[in-house]
Amino acid sequence: MSNSAPVKISAKDVKVFYGDNEALHGISMDVYQNEVISFIGPSGCGKSTFLRCMNRMNDTIEHCRVTGSITLDGRDIHEPSLDVVQLRAQVGMVFQKPNPFPKSIYENIAYGPKLHGLAERKADLDDIVESSLRRAGLWNEVKDRLDQPGTGLSGGQQQRLCIARSIAVSPEVILMDEPCSALDPIATSIIEELIDELKQNFTIVIVTHNMQQAARVSDRTAFFHLGNLIEIGNTNDLFTNPQQKRTEDYITGRYG
Amino acid sequence: MSNLSLIVVLLVLLALGYQLGMSRSRKVATVNSDLRMHSRPHHYGMMVGLWAVLPAFFILLLWLWLSPAVINAMMVAQLPAEVTALSDEQLRVVSQRISNLASNFGVVADAEAWELSAAEHLRQLKANSAIVLTALMAVIAAIGMLLSLQKITPRLKARHQVERVVKALLVLCSTVAILTTIGIVLSMVGETLKFFSYIPPTEFFFGTTWNPRFSTVGVGEQGDFGLVPLLAGTTLIAGIAMFVAIPLGLMVAVYLAEYAPVKLRNTAKPMIEVLAGIPTIVYGFFALVTVGPFLRDLGHAVGLDINATSALTAGVVMGIMIIPFISSLSDDIITQVPKSMRDGSLGLGATKSETILKVVLPAALPGIVGAILLAVSRAIGETMIVVLAAGNSPALTANPFEAVSTVTVTIVNQLTGDNDFSSPQSLVAFALGLTLFVITLLLNVMALVIVRKYREQYE
Repeated sequence: MSNSAPVKISAKDVKVFYGDNEALHGISMDVYQNEVISFIGPSGCGKSTFLRCMNRMNDTIEHCRVTGSITLDGRDIHEPSLDVVQLRAQVGMVFQKPNPFPKSIYENIAYGPKLHGLAERKADLDDIVESSLRRAGLWNEVKDRLDQPGTGLSGGQQQRLCIARSIAVSPEVILMDEPCSALDPIATSIIEELIDELKQNFTIVIVTHNMQQAARVSDRTAFFHLGNLIEIGNTNDLFTNPQQKRTEDYITGRYG
Repeated sequence: MSNLSLIVVLLVLLALGYQLGMSRSRKVATVNSDLRMHSRPHHYGMMVGLWAVLPAFFILLLWLWLSPAVINAMMVAQLPAEVTALSDEQLRVVSQRISNLASNFGVVADAEAWELSAAEHLRQLKANSAIVLTALMAVIAAIGMLLSLQKITPRLKARHQVERVVKALLVLCSTVAILTTIGIVLSMVGETLKFFSYIPPTEFFFGTTWNPRFSTVGVGEQGDFGLVPLLAGTTLIAGIAMFVAIPLGLMVAVYLAEYAPVKLRNTAKPMIEVLAGIPTIVYGFFALVTVGPFLRDLGHAVGLDINATSALTAGVVMGIMIIPFISSLSDDIITQVPKSMRDGSLGLGATKSETILKVVLPAALPGIVGAILLAVSRAIGETMIVVLAAGNSPALTANPFEAVSTVTVTIVNQLTGDNDFSSPQSLVAFALGLTLFVITLLLNVMALVIVRKYREQYE
């Protein structure tokens, strides 16, 4: 990925506090348009916390405070006039554990578009549901049972349903928080292929514990350790020729 | 010895057996120092104690259950021939008189000589029975204790034996609860059938007039026993109560679960739950003295004719009483909806209230419905508030501003006062009670089924 692509998200000196405990110690990085960037690092290194800063999901956690600046398309996401609801529609999120709503498959996808009034007529809504499911590679498996509960799907299907659900509100960025950690290898590989296709239209930030996965799906990789960003670079370079000792130790399996 | 002192002795035996078992097991352990004892000393102690007490205790129970009939039969056998020739019913009256004499209670009219001698005989029999029982229990307890002491070896699995007794005890306790329910139903079924021998069930279930004239038994004119007006009153009041309690309770629950800071929640929740702990008679006063007149004046002000004691008064107050049932249960259920549901919705750009309305509440709905159904059965069974505040007028009306009566109130009315207990006027109370029982039972079963069916929905 050349660095000539426009910057989508830019973080400057982002610190996160849980109460008095500083969990992130000033992270700065840029995320470029239409790239897949993965965050790796041992548990508790702050990669998920940083991810959740990007659509202000940390707001929902009590006693959590974020400082520094994060811009989306050059606009500070913390500025008071910005609508957090709008931000989250622009920056979608897929969670670690598949969390379909206890509603039908159709209603799961239609939920977001209905909230944001993206479809005037039922036919438009049907179109959005179909195209979202198609892009998530789930359409053929569920088209005959759209009225069945989403919770009745398998784990991998549920996760693709959640991806389809976030696609349905036409976000620009999709944040994925260890999207495959609860899935088996086959479901994982399907999701990885999906990520590859999705990057045509979306910018994707993915947190993963699985270094092979980071190597397979991402253009760039960032390594986090103990709340610090240690190294960020093209995925190939970072895995073959890490600049930092700690990165090398981690990717060669010496700790973490 | 009296039964109470027998039980005290058994408890002492339990402690004694425990000590003996412990010391015996320690001795066995030192003798067989090469073997490891299977269980700890207190397990052996407990085992010995239980062996000493439980068999004897069962003998006691069995004796208490069987001996009165046996003793009575022996006493009757001694009676003069012309008395034993009487019918069963009369014989029962005779034995009751003799038994009263034997316990030195007074009897109507002077006791005759044969009665007195029978009473003396009965007293003798009872004394003998107590002695035999005490002796028998002493023997059984001694055998149990000695045998179990003998059995203590390193390989004896005393720990498992104690475990089995614990399990049996738990099973016994739950059986008592279930048997009580069955007993309640059976006792009511008997009386209800007796009632239906006077009044046909169709007249009871479909009759629209309630006017159980308090006449004496046997006269053709027995009054009307129509359930419908009472059921209508019950439904009306319970409906008003739910109309008050459901919105209030749910909103309280949503606020506590989703919006209130932790500190406030921890203070407010117990305070709301206090509402459920207030005796219902106090609510009744409150309805009668405060709410009723208030509603009447309010109605006056807007040109409505509201009785001070009316379905509305009782319903509103009952609704207030029920709020904590709904709010507390719903609050627990809403809190149990996984955070991932909320995150999923918020992550799509929903606001907090949208998330609650469209994701959290639907996910919690089965549990909330269960909570509501439990509250409904509480409302249907509620008595004191309605006795005081509903006006007690069993008329068939849908107007909430008028006085009505409910099933529970009518049961109270029919059973209080100077009544012949075998008249339909009294027996109807059992039919009403059984009906009420069946209705609330069905509601509870429905609540359980709903809660169970959807419980795993978001897992």
